[in-house]
Amino acid sequence: MASIEMRGLTKAYAGGVVAVNSLDLTIADGEFFALLGPSGCGKTTLLRTIAGLEQATEGSLLLNGRDVTTAPPGKRDVAMVFQDYALFPHMNVNENIAYPLRIQKVPSAERRAKAEETGAGLGLSELMERRPGQLSGGQQQRVALARAIAYRPQVFLFDEPLSNLDARLRLEARTFLKRLQKDLGVTTVFVTHDQAEALAMADRMAVMESGHIRQIGTPSEVFHRPVNVFVANFIGSTPMNLIPARVGPAGESLVVASTSLPVPTSAVGQLAEDEDVLLGSRPEYTDVSCSEGPGALRGTVAVLENLGATALVSVETGDLSVQAVVPEGEEPAIGAEAWVLPQRQRALVYRVTDGLLVSRAPDESAGAGAAPDAGSATEVASA
Amino acid sequence: MSAPTAASTRGGDGAVVGVVVRRVLFYAAISLVMAFFALPLLWLVFAPFDRTPSLTVRLPDFTLDNFRLLQDNPYALTSLRNSIFIAGTTMVLVVVFAALAAYALSRVHIPGRDGLLYALLLLSSIVTGTAAMVPIFLLMFQLNLIDSRTGVSLVLAGGLLPAAIFILKDFMDATPRSYEESARVFGASPLQVLRHVVLPIARPGLATIAVWALVNAWGDFLIAFILLRDPEKSPAGVVMYTFYTEGGQANLPLISAFSLLYAIPVVAMYLFVNKRYGFRFHGGIKS
Amino acid sequence: MAAQATSAAAPETDAAGLGKARATAFVTPALLLVGAFLVFPALWTLYLGITDYRLTGIAAADPQIVGLQNYTDALTDPQFRNALALTLLFVLGSAIVGQTVLGFSIAWSMRAVPKTVKTVVESLVLLAWILPSSIVAFLWIAYLNRDNGTLNSVLGTSGFDWLLGHPMLSIIVFNTWRGTAFSMLLFSAALNAVPPSQLETARLAGADTFAQFRDVVFPHIRGHVLTNTLLISLWTFNDFSPYLLTAGGPNHASETLPVYIYNSALYSGELGYGSAISLIMLLINLLIAVFYLRLLKDRRS
Repeated sequence: MASIEMRGLTKAYAGGVVAVNSLDLTIADGEFFALLGPSGCGKTTLLRTIAGLEQATEGSLLLNGRDVTTAPPGKRDVAMVFQDYALFPHMNVNENIAYPLRIQKVPSAERRAKAEETGAGLGLSELMERRPGQLSGGQQQRVALARAIAYRPQVFLFDEPLSNLDARLRLEARTFLKRLQKDLGVTTVFVTHDQAEALAMADRMAVMESGHIRQIGTPSEVFHRPVNVFVANFIGSTPMNLIPARVGPAGESLVVASTSLPVPTSAVGQLAEDEDVLLGSRPEYTDVSCSEGPGALRGTVAVLENLGATALVSVETGDLSVQAVVPEGEEPAIGAEAWVLPQRQRALVYRVTDGLLVSRAPDESAGAGAAPDAGSATEVASA
Repeated sequence: MSAPTAASTRGGDGAVVGVVVRRVLFYAAISLVMAFFALPLLWLVFAPFDRTPSLTVRLPDFTLDNFRLLQDNPYALTSLRNSIFIAGTTMVLVVVFAALAAYALSRVHIPGRDGLLYALLLLSSIVTGTAAMVPIFLLMFQLNLIDSRTGVSLVLAGGLLPAAIFILKDFMDATPRSYEESARVFGASPLQVLRHVVLPIARPGLATIAVWALVNAWGDFLIAFILLRDPEKSPAGVVMYTFYTEGGQANLPLISAFSLLYAIPVVAMYLFVNKRYGFRFHGGIKS
Repeated sequence: MAAQATSAAAPETDAAGLGKARATAFVTPALLLVGAFLVFPALWTLYLGITDYRLTGIAAADPQIVGLQNYTDALTDPQFRNALALTLLFVLGSAIVGQTVLGFSIAWSMRAVPKTVKTVVESLVLLAWILPSSIVAFLWIAYLNRDNGTLNSVLGTSGFDWLLGHPMLSIIVFNTWRGTAFSMLLFSAALNAVPPSQLETARLAGADTFAQFRDVVFPHIRGHVLTNTLLISLWTFNDFSPYLLTAGGPNHASETLPVYIYNSALYSGELGYGSAISLIMLLINLLIAVFYLRLLKDRRS
């Protein structure tokens, strides 16, 4: 069992590309931690640096308090499951699972038995003699997991663990992985570009962009209070509405077009008159009404998308399109006049100048949950 | 005979006849092509088993006596042994050196690598045995490697290596690095990674290169012809040539049996590769 | 400026942890062998070509620099010009016309025949390609034989000696037979890569076979045609097997450049002169190869 601690960790390539830029991050013992970000944000490089497959160019990396910054892979007590699983095609399932034991010079009979046992724990008993090429994607993933478990590491690293599975299997594997991690209690870091995966599985997560961490927090914190426009855009299955607004007289209202909206609770007292801001409101937290109400934006219903139990309504107001989620059966008609109203308790305000969240109590904004000492890294100014 | 409706509506019976005629002409042309390629080969199939082989192709008066002649000729079996030695040595040199070089070039960024590969590709295509036969001959003369079978292998390997490195590097480039990385994360040393993971995974590529080098060295005529003087050391390709160019009446029973024996390994290796790996086509393979 | 790093840009990592020193050690043996037996001979030709190096006699012990003498000798030698002209004819006839046309025709027709026919035809063509050259040379000597040859009995031209009467035609047909396999394989691969959906679209639009070829197939295989032409030209240009059939005869009538080099340098012992011709050959090879590599590079980028 181990904690992972990064101090000023940097990975720069010879060409001047900085994939990971001076990161400070602490992952607690036993945590299931997600590194989330768009492709090219440096999340995979960070994972590979933890594994030792990339050498950090600056800073230090501690596993359970031991400095392993320059230790070669294989001397870190870290097991990694690759995106393509990297099962050796010339070995059968048993030999694959037993491979870490073979390196540790465990006698052949003993490692066969141990591989058998580990495989059985993951429901692989029937498949032990097969080659990886004869397995389905889900089975391959379990073999890769079994091989990692057989290594008995202090830390698991998963690179995009679900991306090679088809949609239905992905949901199953998500639940399976989360339970497995809880059962084993081993500190686990996984990389994903899918925000839904990170929200669903992780205890805590870090959202990365361009080699920087933009926000650290529990899934709930990151979902409810994205600290900047980038995170706000990135998190959520339907993108957050970001409505350009100007702060009204005495900072007590937000003016969109000519409509005056109330200042969201979170930003009350923090705004200066005439400041340009973005009013952020998730479609799930945006109300639509067919009758006029105070502080609602008037528009016409342009598109209706059926999401099953809910529907996504796009309302055009001036040049703007605002989206809202309504329960089934309550959809307005297309072309009808409608009023949209961001829920005041849930809406957020971002400054246009730096893209950061306007917050009444910055200390409590995010990241204060599971790991207190990570709080300082919560808001990382943009590069 | 029921004509296809589309044809009869369009052009009636004339179109049907046209289709049939085209089909007949097409297969006539294919038969012609088959004959063109098959006729010269027939002699090799029949003559070795004929009691009195001549240059004419005919169904043999069956016998295996011709193969007995091979034992009496002082050079026939020796030359096949020489061919095995030369082709084997060349194959080992090419496979081992090309595999090592291709792996390193694929996985480690050595300064000047791209230029090196480009230069290799260029050189291997322009410096052919024919264009460079004079300096090669002189070089081996100076190195005292005239009349050395190993010398022949060295020259052949030098010519085959660049293409072999290229093909194997392509093969390694197409192999995911995650196999090796995975093994390393579990604590395998670099040499363990090579032994446990890289070598088994690269085996089809290595086999292809091995067969390719064998076939090329086995069929070589020119290099052995200019570098070997002693008929005791000559491989089958050169001895075959002397059999039919030396003065007097050509010994057809000997030539026919010998050429079949000399041809069989190549055909066998081709069939092996074809069955095992499919005849995968690598553009530009042939020395 | 925020740096971007994609996993693809994460460059070739040393996946096995080989290290530069070991990697260099891995590359060295191959480079030494290639350097000694491929690069060095090519460079040495530059020097040898300006000497009067001979295999035997005084010039063998103490070769003198004769400057460009060998080159002027070569370029004014009617024998050399004859060889060059014959080589061009050989390349044009057997490679550019013979192998390309036949190889493409076979590849094209094999798409529409039963699998057994395809297997038989392709095996025959491949067999001609893979058999050792001294065997196929003899097979052709037998095939073309004046009195008992199969060709004469098929054509009813008994008593005609093809190798004496039409030596160039003989080696051109021989080399077409021998080398068609490469073009066939390359064009089969190229034709297989033509998307069937595009052909179907053309058929739906009412295009006949010729129009399909012109509008759909040809644009796809244009690159392959060029690749094929350059490679087989290079190989045919350097092909030594005509020597096995005719040894350049009768009276130099089929003496292509490789045969000419062998006859003048190694057979008659004029190594300096032979080197000069070698260099000319190397330069022609270089020209074709550079053209080819440029093409490859254009297509990759």
